[in-house]
Amino acid sequence: MSGHDSKYFSTTKKGEIPELKEELNSQYKDKKKDAVKKVIAAMTVGKDVSMLFTDVVNCMQTENLELKKLVYLYLINYAKSQPDLAILAVNTFVKDSQDPNPLIRALAVRTMGCIRVDKITEYLCDPLQRCLKDDDPYVRKTAAICVAKLYDINAELVEDRGFLETLKDLISDSNPMVVANAVAALAEIQESSAKVIFEITSHTLFKLLAALNECTEWGQVFILDALSSYKAKDARDAENIVERVTPRLQHANCAVVLSAVKVILQQMELISSADVIRNLCKKMAPPLVTLISAEPEIQYVALRNINLIVQRRPNILAHEIKVFFCKYNDPIYVKMEKLEIMIKLASDRNIDQVLLEFKEYATEVDVDFVRKAVRAIGRCAIKLDRAAEKCIGVLLDLIKIKVNYVVQEAIIVIKDIFRRYPNTYESIIATLCENLDTLDEPEAKASMIWIIGEYAERIDNADELLESFLETFPEEPAQVQLQLLTAAVKLFLKKPTERPQEMIQVVLNNATQETDNPDLRDRAYIYWRLLSTDPEAAKDVVLAEKPTISDDSNNLDPSLLDELLANIATLASVYHKPPESFVSRVKAAVQRPDEDEEYLEGQDSGQNESSAPVQDVASTSGPANAPHAPSAAPVQAAPAPSAPMPDLLGDLIGLDGALVPVSEPTAAAPSGPPLPVIFPASAGQGLQLSGCLIRRDGQIFYSLAFENNTAGPLDGFQIQFNKNTFGLAAAGPLQVPSLLPGTSASTLLPMVLFQNLSAGPPSSVLQVAVKNNQQPVWYFTDKVPLQALFLEEGKMERGTFLETWKALPDSHEVSKDLPTALISNVDATIEKLSASNIFYVARRMLKDTSQDVLYLSGKVPYVSGKSISFLVELTALVGSPGVKCAVKTPNPEMATLFFDAIDALLR
Amino acid sequence: MVDAFRMHILQTKDLGTCPVRQIGGCSFLYMRISNVYIVIVVSSNANAACALRFVVEAVALFKSYFGGAFDEDAIRNNFVLIYELLDEIMDFGYPQNLSPEILKLYITQEGVRSPFSSKPQDSRPPANATLQVTGAVGWRREGLVYKKNEVFLDIVESVNLLMSSKGTVLRCDATGKILMKCFLSGMPDLKLGLNDKIGLEKEAQIKARPARSGKTIELDDVTFHQCVNLTRFNSEKTVSFVPPDGEFELMKYRITEGISLPFRVFPSIKELGRTRMEVNVKVKSVFGAKMFALGVVVKVPVPKQTAKASFQVTNGKAKYNATLDCLVWKVRKFPGQTEATMSAEVELISTIVEKKSWTRPPIQMEFQVPMFTASGLRVRFLKVWEKSGYNTVEWVRYITRAGSYEIRC
Repeated sequence: MSGHDSKYFSTTKKGEIPELKEELNSQYKDKKKDAVKKVIAAMTVGKDVSMLFTDVVNCMQTENLELKKLVYLYLINYAKSQPDLAILAVNTFVKDSQDPNPLIRALAVRTMGCIRVDKITEYLCDPLQRCLKDDDPYVRKTAAICVAKLYDINAELVEDRGFLETLKDLISDSNPMVVANAVAALAEIQESSAKVIFEITSHTLFKLLAALNECTEWGQVFILDALSSYKAKDARDAENIVERVTPRLQHANCAVVLSAVKVILQQMELISSADVIRNLCKKMAPPLVTLISAEPEIQYVALRNINLIVQRRPNILAHEIKVFFCKYNDPIYVKMEKLEIMIKLASDRNIDQVLLEFKEYATEVDVDFVRKAVRAIGRCAIKLDRAAEKCIGVLLDLIKIKVNYVVQEAIIVIKDIFRRYPNTYESIIATLCENLDTLDEPEAKASMIWIIGEYAERIDNADELLESFLETFPEEPAQVQLQLLTAAVKLFLKKPTERPQEMIQVVLNNATQETDNPDLRDRAYIYWRLLSTDPEAAKDVVLAEKPTISDDSNNLDPSLLDELLANIATLASVYHKPPESFVSRVKAAVQRPDEDEEYLEGQDSGQNESSAPVQDVASTSGPANAPHAPSAAPVQAAPAPSAPMPDLLGDLIGLDGALVPVSEPTAAAPSGPPLPVIFPASAGQGLQLSGCLIRRDGQIFYSLAFENNTAGPLDGFQIQFNKNTFGLAAAGPLQVPSLLPGTSASTLLPMVLFQNLSAGPPSSVLQVAVKNNQQPVWYFTDKVPLQALFLEEGKMERGTFLETWKALPDSHEVSKDLPTALISNVDATIEKLSASNIFYVARRMLKDTSQDVLYLSGKVPYVSGKSISFLVELTALVGSPGVKCAVKTPNPEMATLFFDAIDALLR
Repeated sequence: MVDAFRMHILQTKDLGTCPVRQIGGCSFLYMRISNVYIVIVVSSNANAACALRFVVEAVALFKSYFGGAFDEDAIRNNFVLIYELLDEIMDFGYPQNLSPEILKLYITQEGVRSPFSSKPQDSRPPANATLQVTGAVGWRREGLVYKKNEVFLDIVESVNLLMSSKGTVLRCDATGKILMKCFLSGMPDLKLGLNDKIGLEKEAQIKARPARSGKTIELDDVTFHQCVNLTRFNSEKTVSFVPPDGEFELMKYRITEGISLPFRVFPSIKELGRTRMEVNVKVKSVFGAKMFALGVVVKVPVPKQTAKASFQVTNGKAKYNATLDCLVWKVRKFPGQTEATMSAEVELISTIVEKKSWTRPPIQMEFQVPMFTASGLRVRFLKVWEKSGYNTVEWVRYITRAGSYEIRC
């Protein structure tokens, strides 16, 4: 039963669109249908076929169900871009919703709900009302979901027209699938509404439990998910529910099982009878174990959930630890989760077996997994005091293998074991000391140094050992320096002989004078003062008893755990994060400029935005359709966030920040200013490039548009950058689809800094090479606009600004007149500049010339994590062109670039 | 958004990627099936288990429509059908009916035939498609007629074993499934009896006489196809159901106690110096002498720097497979209660770099043993009841396969 649709993908001749147009208007049904298929094929691969809208809609009036479905599909995709033409389809929709064939009635309602055009929504109400009361359950179940769709588009309309009441009535429907869909729709509506819309009462509870037995597997999931939010009145009520839900544990569908587990766990909180609880735990174990033999992806979800369940009710799976043993071929993400659960289930009874497993894993290939296995041994030692000795034994065995990262990891966990069981296992220190030379990771080094310092009195050559580390003190990472400092002090206090005394001098000198790490310096000063005033007090402080650490493997906060358990099977339970931390829903009853999940659309209509609520969240999430906007979102919270915050910008824009969308070729007109042409078609034999560097959400992108004016298709685009002052280079491959003649495509290429630095004086020149499979390599130069580089954290307090200004010598001040720059409105200018990360500090007025003086600050990244700050003074007469720009910076050679940027921003 | 995901996959290709991840404000749940990524994108706190399960079932559905294949070509060749199916099986992110059986009633491959558009709606018998989709027995069509009423039962078990190098069993379980092929007329009610403990005890109670002698087994967990009445299973411990037409998976079970392992493996691997290894593997079949195993494969991992290997085998053939870094020993037919050995000498290329300690992956084994169940599960009866009272012929087959059969060495 294999189709041959692939032929529809293969027409790439020029004149394709007119040809299709002709075919769509053909009087032969078959030809027409083939044409629609071609259109859909083109749409699927991302070509813009919206110009055929009228022709396609004309095919809508047909008896042929397949053709109708295709036309509807087209409508869903393009109605937003052609809202006025979409109206043409309304009549057919309304007519179809009264068709004698229930399949067509349902299809019409289903499709209409997916067309997010306000004008159509109005026409949807009457047909929907009818369909909610249709004789055919298939139509009713489709209409139920449609209410949720409509609510998403226009909540007020749904409430005004009384659809919610009708939907609630459907819970009492005779058909279980209708009930299930009504429940799903109500739950969805409830989630996006602040009001109480859907609450399960004891009456509806009965209905839902009855439907549970009869509906499809998915329906069972919807109902169970809804039930999990039901608060039972008392223990009997809860027991009753549990009794009805327990049989679902035997279902073959893992989603049903997990949702049933969720309901049971929720209700168990109310049940006090120990017998009942024990019984339930016994019943839940086998289905949970069975989930571990599903597809690995499902296993992963199940394991993340089991992790939660085990934290609340460890006894459910206490005897099942063996099923969590890793198989050699398990994907790594499954192994990691299994390991985590094994630690949680480890007990005195099974520890021998568990340790054997961990030891086995510690010799596997995957480094991360091996490390985690070693850590697991340490965590078991800390958790189970009777097993600690065995764990130490295993760790020592592993150290003997002398695999570098195993040794380091082992030392880190042994340090924790020492802290948990002080004065018990020091005999193994000698073995550890044999491996000093192999340590090259900061954490391992720091751990080893801690051990040496802590047990300095028992290690004969502690001073020698420490000294060997001290040689490289200035180069060590902060973590190691801090430990070295403390260890040296401990050693000195324990063995106040000559050598440690010398050593402490060196360390304190190093740590106070030759470092710019405030933590290290402060700690060193405190030690110094302590030691110089009262060595006995120093002893009391430094060598004080430390609180013993405890096991952190049950590490979720109880209230968070409660919340997550109520969300079993959902993403929250997979991420182990509360839902609100990664989902942003505008709870007001307004439109969301959201995406169509089913039809993955890159573009968004401008319409939705205009009616979006004026909130910070919504307005920053708005410009998802403006990939060409030259600067970051206009409104920013006062202290500019330094990184994209997914919880606030939990919409498309968040995605834009992290990744690179490719807008559909020529589909949406760029709403920002057009990109400057950087490589004209005349030079590139018909290939034209326009683009510029932009900054969005703290990341630099090269916004590029490719236009193919050649006679043939171009594909296989690649890009490369020459060495430049800022070391700009592409962070990923260039994502440009193959370009047909006469089409264009835009892309955002993420860029990284400091990849290929050029020596010499700073310059804004960026040399670029672009190639494709058809043409020779093209070289051209672009300029690096400094405004794309300003950092989000460039804001300076007034005081800091003044201090820095004073601290910089006058030779570092450069000024320039920008004759064409203009400040027409001070507030607007400040806002504009701060959107480009140049921040307002202060403002004053020159009385004699009535000129405004603005003080601003900005920062540009500089090699190795440092940054160059710019302190700016702008003097201008508001409303008339000409701005005097003075800038003070530690790197005055960058000033020219800075002036260019300010000049560009103030036009 | 699609491109965002593609970028992400390209960047993290070689890492052990986790199937649920958050990119920007959206969560991406994905599965990779052969070379096709199926991705679900959500912006809300969706039910992840449901989403992934949907992918599994949707792929099964596509396969049943495409005649078994699911790859890039199949997708290209059926994109119209895929759109049509997606429209039907998922509405606003809520999975609807995914049984191929029912969908094939009204989504036909050709699509030209739209069975209901011409006929008047009201006089339609209740067996119409829409009622089928939403009906209580949403998996079976009414009015089926077969000349010969037959039921085929296949009990397929896979044994999973993890054995330590010293020969102690670390983990051992069997997962089985009962596949059913039904060619039955009308709306039959079926009842299945197995030799499991719970079922038998229950029966004994009801009939007030001791359970029949013979081996009984204890199933750890059972899951059923949606056609099985779970409430009745819970209260009466009987597996009763109205089966879908054609082939389906009736139940799955898992068992850990009392598993008879079909094969025992005794490996010995000696590293002789830096360039030579001696591998000896003895395999013993421990199932009934009258039975035999088919397609037995033993894979013994060897280090990457293996140059060549010479073999001596008592049965079958062995060779060195450089892409797998394994010695692969194949025996086509392996009778019960016998043993076979392979001994090999492996030569290694001496490397200049200090030889890293070789992490020995476990020996893996593949096999099939027909008419054998590792769990000892047997079908005791299958009763078919239909109102017309026809006779049925029942066929039962058993087969045990290797799941992950690993022996550490």
